[in-house]
Amino acid sequence: MKSSDALVNVLWIPAGLSCDGDSVALTAAMQPSIEEIALGALPGLPNVKFHWPLIEYSLGGAEFLKAFFAAERGELDPFVLVIEGSIANETIKAEGYWTGFGNEPGGDQPITFSGWIDRLAPKAYAVLAAGTCATYGGIHAMAGNPTGAMGILDYLGWDWKSSAGVPIVCVPGCPTQPDNLSETILYLLWQAAGNAPMIPLDEAGRPKWLFGATVHEGCDRGGYYEQGDFATTYDSPKCLVKLGCWGPVVKCNVTKRGWMGGVGGCPNVGGICIGCTMPGFPDKFMPFMDEPPGAKVSSTVSGIYGNMVRSLRQITMCTVDKEPKWRHKGTELTTGYKVPPSYTSSK
Amino acid sequence: MAIQDLPGASSGTEKSRLVEMSWDPITRIVGSLGIYTKIDFAQKKVAECHATSSIFRGYSIFMKGKDPRDAHFITSRICGICGDNHAVCSVYGQNMAFGVKPPHLGEWITNLGEAAEYMFDHNIFQENLVGVDFCEQMVRETNPSVWEKAKNTPAPNAGVHGYKTIADIMSALNPFTGDFYRQALQISRYTREMFCLMEGRHVHPSTLYAGGVGTVATQQLFTDYYTRLMRYIEYMKVCVPFHDDLFDFIYDAMPGYEHNGERRILLGCWGAFQDPEYCDFSYRNMTNWGRKMFVTPGIVIDGKLHTTDLVQINLGIRILLGSSYYDDWQSEETFVPTDPLGNPVDRRHPWNMHTKPTPKKRDFANQYSWVMSPRWFDGKDHLALDTGGGALARMWSTALAGLVDIGYVQSTGSSVKINFPKSVLTGPVSFEWKTPKWSNTIERDRARTYFQAYAAAAALHFLDKAFEELHAGRTKTWEPFTVPQDAIGCGFTEAVRGVLSHHVVIRDGKIANYHPWPPTPWNGNPRDSYGTPGPYEDAVQNTPIFEENGPENFKGIDIMRAVRSFDPCLPCGVHMYLGDGKTLETVHSPLAPFG
Repeated sequence: MKSSDALVNVLWIPAGLSCDGDSVALTAAMQPSIEEIALGALPGLPNVKFHWPLIEYSLGGAEFLKAFFAAERGELDPFVLVIEGSIANETIKAEGYWTGFGNEPGGDQPITFSGWIDRLAPKAYAVLAAGTCATYGGIHAMAGNPTGAMGILDYLGWDWKSSAGVPIVCVPGCPTQPDNLSETILYLLWQAAGNAPMIPLDEAGRPKWLFGATVHEGCDRGGYYEQGDFATTYDSPKCLVKLGCWGPVVKCNVTKRGWMGGVGGCPNVGGICIGCTMPGFPDKFMPFMDEPPGAKVSSTVSGIYGNMVRSLRQITMCTVDKEPKWRHKGTELTTGYKVPPSYTSSK
Repeated sequence: MAIQDLPGASSGTEKSRLVEMSWDPITRIVGSLGIYTKIDFAQKKVAECHATSSIFRGYSIFMKGKDPRDAHFITSRICGICGDNHAVCSVYGQNMAFGVKPPHLGEWITNLGEAAEYMFDHNIFQENLVGVDFCEQMVRETNPSVWEKAKNTPAPNAGVHGYKTIADIMSALNPFTGDFYRQALQISRYTREMFCLMEGRHVHPSTLYAGGVGTVATQQLFTDYYTRLMRYIEYMKVCVPFHDDLFDFIYDAMPGYEHNGERRILLGCWGAFQDPEYCDFSYRNMTNWGRKMFVTPGIVIDGKLHTTDLVQINLGIRILLGSSYYDDWQSEETFVPTDPLGNPVDRRHPWNMHTKPTPKKRDFANQYSWVMSPRWFDGKDHLALDTGGGALARMWSTALAGLVDIGYVQSTGSSVKINFPKSVLTGPVSFEWKTPKWSNTIERDRARTYFQAYAAAAALHFLDKAFEELHAGRTKTWEPFTVPQDAIGCGFTEAVRGVLSHHVVIRDGKIANYHPWPPTPWNGNPRDSYGTPGPYEDAVQNTPIFEENGPENFKGIDIMRAVRSFDPCLPCGVHMYLGDGKTLETVHSPLAPFG
C-alpha cells in the first residue's frame, strides 16, 4: 500500500443515549488495535488524530472541544465523524435536553447530541455509526421509551450521503464486536488515504464482508440443528434455537469471529442470539427467552427441505431487518409512553 | 483566558479572587459529566463545586410491562464498561423473585466472570485513564517542581518493578509511549478474554440467565482461564509496589495532598461474589448469606463498621430528588409497603419509587442534573454515602468485618491480606492492605490496585471450587424456573466502581416497577432536597490547589484527580470542561459564605 501524508481527524461523540460500550469495545480490539491505528503502525494509513473522550490526554472541556468547533467551521477537512448512542428526539418537549456534550461557547446550556450531528455531519468525509443504538436506535428506542430515540439512519435519512459521497457506515452490535469496529475504522482511513475503493455496504449500511452471513451459518452448533437435536436446558452444548436463539435470521459474524481473539461469542458458547445487530432489535426479538416464531416450522423440517426453510426464513428476516415504526423525527412521540404534562408545562 | 476583577474590588487588602471554571465534558471517564467550580486562587482552594450529568435514557420507564426474564439483557445496556455487573445484579434479583437457586458450578462461573471484570476494568481505568493524571507529560505541565523532585527520588521498590526513580514510573504512564500504559492495554484485553470465557461476551454478557449460566463447563474452559490468571498474578506482583511507590511519593512531594478529594469517611459496599454453599437468594435468609459473600457488604461511618446486614442496608436506601430534573411521586402508588420479613418499606425506597422526567434548562440555583440523589438513612440522617470508587469501600468493609478467610484472601479485622502462589518469574508473594487514615483521592486510587490483586486471589479460590464440582461430575450450570404472577426481588452486588442494587416488582407476570441504583448516582449526585451536596461536589469543595499554573493557564489537575478517583461512569450517573475563567466576585478574606 502506498504511504500517505494526509492528516485525517477522527471526531468521536459518545454522547448519544449510549452506554459508551462501543468506545470500550474499541479498546478491546486487536485486529487492529487502537495503538496500531493511532500510531500509524499499519502501512497505507494516513496520519490519524483521534478526538475521543475515553482516552483523550487533555482534561476535557474547551481544550478538548476545540477540534469539534474547528470541524464545524470547516477547518478540519477531512474528518470522520463517529457517533455512539441513539439520538434522542429533542423536539418533543418544551425545554431542557435529553443528552448534551459540552456547552455552547459563551453559553450555559449544553449542546445536544442531535445539535452536534446537525453541525458536523454536513462537513464530514464520512459518518460512522458505532453500535446498534447509533445505527438503528437499539435498546433506548424500545417501545414505551420517553425520549423518542432513533438511529442515525432515521435522523439523517436512509439515503443520506456525505459530501464525499460516502453513505452512512453502520457497525451494529450491542456492543459492536471489537474487531468489527476497528477494522471498519481502518478501512475508512485507508479509503480516505486513497488506498481502498468505496466501502461495500448492504441496504442497512453494514459492511458486507462483516454482516453478509447469519449467526446460524457460522455457528459450530449447526450440526446439532441439522440432526434435529435441540437443547432443552440453557446449559446444554446443543443447538439453542428452541430456547430463544434467533441465530438463523440474524446477520452477524460473532459465531465465526468469536468475541475477542476467537474467544467467546453467543450461541456457540451457550448464549442465545437476541438479534442485537438488527434494525428490529430489541422489540422484534422480545421476550428474548421464548422460542422465535418461525423456529418451530423450520427446525422441524431442517435438513430435508432446505429451500423451504430458506424461503420461510426470508420472511422472518425481512421483518427483523426493519425498525419498529415509532423511531422517527418530528414533534410527536409515538412510542407508547404517555407524554406527561411536565414535558410541556415547564416554561 | 480572560480574568477580570470586578469593579469595586478593593486593592491593597488581602483578597480572595473567585474564578468560575468548569470542565464539561470531562475526558477519560465513561459517560457525560460536567464539573462546575468556583476557585479561590488567593487561598489556593476550590470554593464551590457542582456536578452535572447530561444524559437521560429512561430504563425504569421502558422496562415497565416487559417480561421479567428480559431484565438482565436490558439492564446490562445501562453501562458499557461494567454492564455485566448490572446483568449479574439483575439475575440475582430475578433469582429471588423466581425462587430459583442456580447449581453451584453456575455460581462459581459467574464469580470467575465478575472477578475478571474487576481485573480488567480497574486495570484499564487505573493505568490508561487515571494514570495519565500522574504521568510525566501531565506532571511537567502542571507541577514542574514535583517533576524535578521525582527525577531525584529513587523508587523504594525499584528492585521489584524495575523503575529506578519516581520519574521513571511517571514516564511509564505517558499515553501510548509509556511502556506501563501500553502493557495495561494488552492486559485489559486478555482479562476480557477471561471474562468472555465465563460470560460469553464483554461487556454485555450472552450466557447469563436467571437460574445460572449457559456456559458449558469443561476442563479446557477453566484451563484457559487459569493460565491467563497466573499471567495476571505475575503482573500484580509488580503493579502493587509500582503504585505504592507513586502514591507514597505524591504525599511526600506535596505535603497536604491528603486533603485532595478528602471527605468524611462515609462508605458503602453492597458485597460481591456469592458463596453457593450458603446463598439461596431468598430475602428471608439474606442477612446470613450476605455475610458469606467473598467481599463483605458493609457501611463504614467515620472509620467504624456500622452494619454488615444486607436487609438493614436495603431498608435504609432513600432516593431524594433535590436538584434533579424529575417530578416527585407522592401521589403515586406504593408497590411494596412491607418487605418479606414484615419490615415497613419507605415510600422513597427503590421498590416504591417512580421515575417522572421533566426536562428543564440547567440552572445551578435550582435543578441541574439528570442524576437523582440516593442517600442512606441511619434512622436519623440521610447520609451521602460514597463508594470510594468501589475498591476503597470494598477493602474497608471487608477488612473491618473480619469474615473472609479463603487462604488466598484473609480479613484480619483491620486489614486485608492477599496471598499469591509462585508464578513463572517469582515465588509466593503476600500483600497487606491496611485501613488508611483518610477517604481521599490517593487512597481511592491505591485501593483500586489492591482490589485488582484481591479479585485475582479470589479467582484462585473460585477455580479450586469449580474444579471440585467438575471433577465430581457435577457439571450442571443452570436450573429451570417459572416466572410467578406476582413477586418482588432485589439484587445486591458491587459494580466495579461501587454499590449496585436492582429492585424489581412483578405483577401479572410482567415488570411493574424496576429501579437499578448504580454507583455513579451515589457518587455523582447533585445537592439533595436537604441541600446536602453529592460526594463529588463535597470532595472537590475545599480541595487544596497544588497546581503551579495560575488562572491564565490553569488545567485543573487537582480537581480532575479528585473526581476521577471515584471512577466516574456516567451512563449510570459527571464530563469536564475548562471554560474561560471569569472572575465572579471579589471578596475579602476570610471567605464569606456563598452559594
